[in-house]
Amino acid sequence: MKYIVKKIITLFVALLLISIIIFVVFSVIPADASIAKLGIDATPEQIAALRAQMGLDKPLFERYFWWLANALQGNFGESFQYTGVKVTTLLARRLGNSALLSLISFIMVVIFSIPIGIFSAKRRSVVARGTMTTITQITMGIPSFFLGLLLTYLFSLVLHWFYVGQFVSPSEDFFGACAYLIFPAIAIALPKIAMTVKFLSNSIRSELHKDYVRTAYAKGSTRDGVLYKHVLKNSMVPVITFLGIIVAEIVAGSVIVEQVFSVPGIGSLLVTAITNRDYPVVEAVVLLIAFFVIVINFIVDMIYQAVDPRVKL
Amino acid sequence: MKRKILCSLIALVTVLALAACGKTPDNQGGSGSSNGGESTGREATNSVVVGITQDIDSLDPHNAVSAGTREVLFNMFEGLVQPTPEGEIEPAVASEFTVSEDATFITFQLRDGITFCDGTPITVQDVKYSIERYAGIQGEGSAFSILKDIVASEDGTIVVNLSEPNTEFVYELTCAIIPQANDANVNTNPIGSGPFMYDSFIPGEELVIKKNPNYWKEGRPYLDEVTFKIVADTDKAVTQLNAGTLDIVQYLTSDQVMTLNDNFYVMDGSINYVQGMFLNNKVEPFNDPLVRQAIYYAIDRQNISDMLFGGKSHIIGTNMIPAATKYYNADTEDQYPYDPAKAKELLKQAGYENGFTFTIQVPNNYPPHKGTAEIIANCLEEVGITAKINEIEFTSWLSDVYKDRKYEATVVAVDGRLAPYTWFAKNESTASNNFTNYSNPQFDEIFAKAKAAIDPEEKVGYYKQLQQILADDAASIYVQDPANQVAIRNTLTGYVFYPVSAQDMSVIKYK
Repeated sequence: MKYIVKKIITLFVALLLISIIIFVVFSVIPADASIAKLGIDATPEQIAALRAQMGLDKPLFERYFWWLANALQGNFGESFQYTGVKVTTLLARRLGNSALLSLISFIMVVIFSIPIGIFSAKRRSVVARGTMTTITQITMGIPSFFLGLLLTYLFSLVLHWFYVGQFVSPSEDFFGACAYLIFPAIAIALPKIAMTVKFLSNSIRSELHKDYVRTAYAKGSTRDGVLYKHVLKNSMVPVITFLGIIVAEIVAGSVIVEQVFSVPGIGSLLVTAITNRDYPVVEAVVLLIAFFVIVINFIVDMIYQAVDPRVKL
Repeated sequence: MKRKILCSLIALVTVLALAACGKTPDNQGGSGSSNGGESTGREATNSVVVGITQDIDSLDPHNAVSAGTREVLFNMFEGLVQPTPEGEIEPAVASEFTVSEDATFITFQLRDGITFCDGTPITVQDVKYSIERYAGIQGEGSAFSILKDIVASEDGTIVVNLSEPNTEFVYELTCAIIPQANDANVNTNPIGSGPFMYDSFIPGEELVIKKNPNYWKEGRPYLDEVTFKIVADTDKAVTQLNAGTLDIVQYLTSDQVMTLNDNFYVMDGSINYVQGMFLNNKVEPFNDPLVRQAIYYAIDRQNISDMLFGGKSHIIGTNMIPAATKYYNADTEDQYPYDPAKAKELLKQAGYENGFTFTIQVPNNYPPHKGTAEIIANCLEEVGITAKINEIEFTSWLSDVYKDRKYEATVVAVDGRLAPYTWFAKNESTASNNFTNYSNPQFDEIFAKAKAAIDPEEKVGYYKQLQQILADDAASIYVQDPANQVAIRNTLTGYVFYPVSAQDMSVIKYK
């Protein structure tokens, strides 16, 4: 209980600090939302008028105070770029797309990397290990966006399995959206699968040298028996932490891959919002991602505790 | 156990692959064949998808600023007059107009029976409201500062009175006529009288417009629906053209045109921008006209067009586009031929025989700017000048370079509108957007005369003279009006180019 309270306080402090950093960064970088919105033909009077309308003429502290006061009540304000559009409306539409993409990517990582990791750890011959290492190293090295371009070319332009750019939102056609997202998900997941495979097989191999394994063999267990009954559970403990990091990386990686596949997600929203100096949107998106990462960490801690009884939080 | 894992792996892969294949027909919107995008199924619904690389900045036509937004809104709104592909104006919401002999007032006759897209009649009050609203948004410093008043009478005559004679003001009246009754909803449900009407807009994704059943021009538009789909950049747009997602995309470079498949043809027009390397006339060494001229001679402008646009750009020598045929001064084009020897000689004269180093700021809003800057830097290397290239985000460019004028040189494109004065206003020494810090009293004097001139020939003469002054001073290095290569699906026809920001969808039809 004490742990949960502590975690919640940390969460709020972290979010508060992040929101302050964004405000400060946006007041330091050149240009503001009024310049971004009015473009090249703007007169100084028009810029001044819009700045006043957006409240950008007020001191940083005052602006932050009001933003915070509203945000605490769940009101993230209106977008500067899209007149009259609520930040929450913008986010709501795109969050589903990004969440679905991240979820599919994560499922892929889990269902592929665990069996392959075990399979790889069991290989003893130098040739098999060498081959596995080579494959994982190469896959790890391919950037997701490049993989995305290759997949687009192969599956959209040559094979016509999907039409790049014709993404339908999951609220309209859930399975259609999933089918489309499989391709960007592969682009995100493949390097992560390689990393997890490598991590898991190393973890298993180091466990295999421990004393309890020898004891188990001495008791007469088979190799598979030792592996699945004893070793796997122990070697999964560090992997769970690793998967927690992978989730955060998937969320971050989707920012670029969404662009390659023209999926309207929070990644592309964040990029345009930064370009337009639309800080109400940037605040909301970044806080959401930060919130998500912190919560994932929390969940990882919980699982950790469940898997390893020695850990007391 | 081993076999079990392998089996489940294979099963998973199969399921995923099947899911991908199985859903393909849905992605096409339930129609059309999937072979190479030859048929997209959109012909059956008489609709077209146009790829645009700029987000819509406002649905309110009076507040829309970027060229990318104006060219889209062109389809939904009309002014009393409308631009034509020839760079003239023709009556639209008005059925006729006359500029008074002394150019102090313009009389319009409202088109008989004209309505907004929702069927409500356009009244003279709507016209008065629209022009006044637009003038208010444009502000004191704009062309509307000479607007005295608007007299609307119930018989459908609208008289626009000016406080001083001006023959160019009529071009400003291409500003959209919108209903006064819709004042509160201009941003969310815009209503106009153009060939198409608003259907839906998803920020950052797409704008859908539908045929306006009440449009005054007989038989137009041909299409029932047009979707403007926002794509991150033209590279991705080309992929989506080939994939069958998009039908029309403009602003392609020659490299991109080469990667198009057989389902498209390409039309060549002009972007109607003056692209060049603009120089801060206040910083050393660009405050010396000899140095600016030397740079002009050192740069092979034709090579820029050849490398980036397959030689299809129009090489220019002044701050005006060739499409403005009436005013354009073509003599300036050959004033500074590519001549590195001459450039070196001028540099020596100016005291820079050992060259110098400077930085070119390149905004990221239009990819060919970078290519242009690179070729320029290579050319300058030959004459001993080192140009460093600094790529910056367009928003930062607007603030640091354009507004604060903290730069030495920048490769960018400037635009103007139908009224010829718009192309020169930035060069007036007192202008708030004189970002090159150009200052020449003779220019200012003739510019004032040009704006005030009533006689058309006299006006043309002044504007040509202004272009010559800019060329003589080498105010900046004017390079080209870049080629606008537009990819159009083979099944479509009718695309036309305008000398202003406009993608006219009302003339597009299926063959």
